[in-house]
Amino acid sequence: MNYHWNWDIFFQTIPSGDETYLMWVIHGLGWTVAISLAAWVIALVLGSLAGILRTVPNRRIAMIGDVWVEFFRNVPLLMQLFLWFFVVPELLPRDLSLWVKQDMPAKEFITAVLALGLFTSARVAEQVRAGIQALPRGQRNAGLALGFTQAQTYRYVLLPMAFRIIIPPLTSEFMNAFKNSGVAYAVGVWELVFVSRQMVEETGGQVIESLLVPTVLYIVCAYAANRIMAVVERRSHVPGFIVAK
Amino acid sequence: MLNNLDFSVIPLALPAIGKGLLFSLQLTIVAMIGGVILGTLLALARLSGGKWLAGAAKVYVDLMRSIPLLMMILWFFFLIPLLTGRPVGQENSAMITFTLFQAAFYSEIMRAGIQSIPRGQVNAALAIGMTYWQSMGHVVLPQAFRNMVPVLLTQTFILFQDTSLVYAIGATDMLKAAENAGMLYGRTVEMYLFVSVIYFAICFSLSMFVKYMNKRIAIIR
Repeated sequence: MNYHWNWDIFFQTIPSGDETYLMWVIHGLGWTVAISLAAWVIALVLGSLAGILRTVPNRRIAMIGDVWVEFFRNVPLLMQLFLWFFVVPELLPRDLSLWVKQDMPAKEFITAVLALGLFTSARVAEQVRAGIQALPRGQRNAGLALGFTQAQTYRYVLLPMAFRIIIPPLTSEFMNAFKNSGVAYAVGVWELVFVSRQMVEETGGQVIESLLVPTVLYIVCAYAANRIMAVVERRSHVPGFIVAK
Repeated sequence: MLNNLDFSVIPLALPAIGKGLLFSLQLTIVAMIGGVILGTLLALARLSGGKWLAGAAKVYVDLMRSIPLLMMILWFFFLIPLLTGRPVGQENSAMITFTLFQAAFYSEIMRAGIQSIPRGQVNAALAIGMTYWQSMGHVVLPQAFRNMVPVLLTQTFILFQDTSLVYAIGATDMLKAAENAGMLYGRTVEMYLFVSVIYFAICFSLSMFVKYMNKRIAIIR
């Protein structure tokens, strides 16, 4: 294999304009981080809500959580992204539909965040449910026996423990949010995968450089997510329970 | 709105979508079988105690697990022609990528499975005169597989959903077939809705099956 390395491509300007490819990569990283973090916030809020709903004693309400999870878990992420991007606008009322298609600002970004956030929320919900169910039954009963309402029992007894138990699986979901954010390229967000593909095409075969830099940046992002969660895990650890160093 | 939808194009597009689905399933099955075999070997390598062998397997698994699949698909698609000097086609490239990528995930599952077997069983097997490989093949692995069936299936469920990512290199899986048909008949919305329902039906049945297996295995234990 005779491959001609050429790292200078990152300092070349793009064909149309005066930006360098390096600037592209930096922008790409910015979008990747923005999508992943925004989606993670949605996933955490809605996923916690759905996960909690699944554990309430009222079966009817618990069903809502179940349906939520099954719906967002059983369709591939890319497919969900296309549903939000191409299909949902068509199903809206006429005026709203026109606005979404023509005037909505940052449409690609918002759709990608929504799709990734909802997809991840189903996974978060699974973890939250597992965390709550991992607690001894007596804890809920003790809360109720003390005169707490159902909501208070969740707030003061169950959730403070459950969320701490599930930090390790939530860490991997947080990292997955970064790894999965790449699908946003398919609707035209200029994130790392998009930049990477564009560079492969435009630089005439500098494949390895064009793929290596975004790949390393993904790994760095996922590692940063891991470290952030490790800090959260240490700070929130319950005395007497095992915690990762 | 909904009344503008015209689902009468679905029968016309059915053969193309069926072909796409067939490829998605083929990719899933090839990557599952290849991945489980390769993954088991990787797990055995990691538990072999050999410093270099275990180290190499660990590096491979960690690397694969830390890179997004979408990037991996692009890597293989562009690198294989560079290494071999000729293009291998999107479909073959996808098969190779998915097998090598999934092997890392299956290997972690198999490692957990092997480690769930009490050490005494290996010692017992060795004591009655089995070699290391015999003890693995006849005693440890059959039990490890059995205990890990639900987890292996869950991973396959993820694998099946991930096959849609071959869209990135233009391989014609079910999603791509739907897009093509949608453009051909000018009915993208209907096509996407239709294949989402198929994806949902397959994934939902698979996840129900995993739940059922979980229950069965729990009872036997």
